[in-house]
Amino acid sequence: MTTATDKSKANAGIEAGRWMQMYRRMVSIRVFEEQVNELYTRALMPGLAHLYIGEEAVAAGICEALRRDDYVTSTHRGHGHCLAKGASPDRMFAELLGKEAGYCKGKGGSMHIADPATGNLGANAIVAGSVGIATGAALSAKRLGTDRVAVCFFGEGALGQGVLYEVMNVASLWKLPVIYVCENNLYTEYTHYTETTAGDIPARAAAFGLQAETVDGQDVRAVYATAGGLVDHARRGGGPAFLLCNTYRYTGHHVGDINREYYRSKEEEKHWKTNRDPLKLLADWLIEQGLGDSAQFSQIQSEVESEMKKAVEFAVAAPYPGIAEVEQDVYA
Amino acid sequence: MPEAVPRELTFGQAVREALAEEMRRDSRVCIFGEDVAEAGTPFKVLSGLVEEFGTERVLDTPISEAGFTGIAVGAAMTGLRPVVDIMFGDFITLTMDQMVNQAAKVHYMSGGAWKVPMVMRTTLGATRRSGAQHSQSLHAWFSHVPGLKVVMPSTPYDAKGLLKTAIRDENPVVFFEDKMMYTKLKGPVPVEEYTIPFGVADVKRVGRDITLVGTSSMVQVALGAASLLEEIGVSAEVVDPRTMWPLDEKTLIESAKKTSRVIVIDEGYERYGVTAEIAAVIAEGAFYNLDAPVRRMGAMHIPIPFSPLLEDATVPTEKSVFEVARKLCGRA
Repeated sequence: MTTATDKSKANAGIEAGRWMQMYRRMVSIRVFEEQVNELYTRALMPGLAHLYIGEEAVAAGICEALRRDDYVTSTHRGHGHCLAKGASPDRMFAELLGKEAGYCKGKGGSMHIADPATGNLGANAIVAGSVGIATGAALSAKRLGTDRVAVCFFGEGALGQGVLYEVMNVASLWKLPVIYVCENNLYTEYTHYTETTAGDIPARAAAFGLQAETVDGQDVRAVYATAGGLVDHARRGGGPAFLLCNTYRYTGHHVGDINREYYRSKEEEKHWKTNRDPLKLLADWLIEQGLGDSAQFSQIQSEVESEMKKAVEFAVAAPYPGIAEVEQDVYA
Repeated sequence: MPEAVPRELTFGQAVREALAEEMRRDSRVCIFGEDVAEAGTPFKVLSGLVEEFGTERVLDTPISEAGFTGIAVGAAMTGLRPVVDIMFGDFITLTMDQMVNQAAKVHYMSGGAWKVPMVMRTTLGATRRSGAQHSQSLHAWFSHVPGLKVVMPSTPYDAKGLLKTAIRDENPVVFFEDKMMYTKLKGPVPVEEYTIPFGVADVKRVGRDITLVGTSSMVQVALGAASLLEEIGVSAEVVDPRTMWPLDEKTLIESAKKTSRVIVIDEGYERYGVTAEIAAVIAEGAFYNLDAPVRRMGAMHIPIPFSPLLEDATVPTEKSVFEVARKLCGRA
């Protein structure tokens, strides 16, 4: 079996522009999430949000391998998936603040952003709640002959839900173009995944006949290379796959989860942030390859910060939906 | 109703004809469920469909109600018009997250961006000697959920016209069929095309002294009770709401105002059931015209027993409805 690293080496020739684009995307996700945390701490955002910081390489690498019209389903920790699939930050922030300009007119909120224009079938606040939806989208693609692929993002917590195994079984039987992407960030809310997950994770998918791969989810090059292979295979009618991305959630389960020492150590967090940071890993590699320099990365950082600041300003200034909106969209 | 060629169909034949016609009309319509293809379901309602439409459109699934219902949600969002078959209404419990948290909410949560044009067909009805897990009438569960529509046909004519409307609807529709009617109930069904709109009750029998509101299986019971009442000089009106949601409140209230006495009869559990909702609608809308409290008659609040004598005691019958109506009308 070829390893993810071999595949990423094979892809090393990809033009610098593409890597820079993926770097920018990861920075966008990180800065977006930092702004979300800021909105929360300044009490400008109703409710909570679940930040994707630390996991950026998964969304960026996978979505880089997708077409705009391919489908994704996302999770409660879904801002990264939305951005990577092409959603615009101003309408996302507006949604997080419950404003009419939001992707869902403010009716969805942080955990329910959906956007047909980018194939985003919606983030889902039920763990494993969208596995059926993604599989159904793959069925449509196959039946209607559109050659679209569906990617179903979920955290390792979803491995505890039986419906995941029901739909993987069907996807395999019907050879559907769907990739199940398991983001193992080590914690199902406040519990280490080893306390909730028996046996070998990819073996669960392999048992249904899915092509099952494991990749370093901090290495966007490896994620992209592996996803690209699985997506092409699915698009050509080769059937579904399962991709385990090992990653880490830098922050708490949600923005309010500040004191985390009862379930994980500060040393552990520091280790990931220092040695396993997906942005740093890509930047270091680009510098090493002579494909980028620190001035370029600083420029991307400041451009993204300015873009996100404007997006936040747009959302803060945007109006709330009129009260008459409350009864709209219950039925189509 | 127009009748070019007078003919009668059983309830099951009417359901099958509606499906076949809609599948001929619209190639996006497909059926999934357990034993729906060659077996045509254990009730043989779907016999012949796979021969005409093939296994691409009539798909046998694993015994995975949650999985294939979730797949239907995603397929409906992305261009197909799935009709899922849940063999026994008792098994809707397995689909609850897919129907309640996904199908019912996608349109609203996405601010109208996505819609879910799917139908779930399932069964209800006791007295088939099937025990506690194959005999329940759980339509009240879905009637409680905004975003779903709930249909309960009581005749072959209504079954066909309402199912065609359900398939053409842009929303998730749950269609409850009384499994005791499939072969036992015959009635006129015109050959030519027709549909029946949702939210329009049907007065199945015109009367003066008391209104019997019946749903699904209980419409026939109410009609039987009305015949018995006629023998003692009581003129009963039988109103069939046909859809639990949308609910034709106007027709229910008007009938109550006219007769001044009402019994609501339904095969679901009486406590917290649809009889309570309909009774409340009538009490609120016709209070000053009522000569007696609105009575509810539903299934007893117990698991359905197997033993025939016990089982028959759990649901309203022509005789029990007659007795309650007689007393309500002051005929000792």
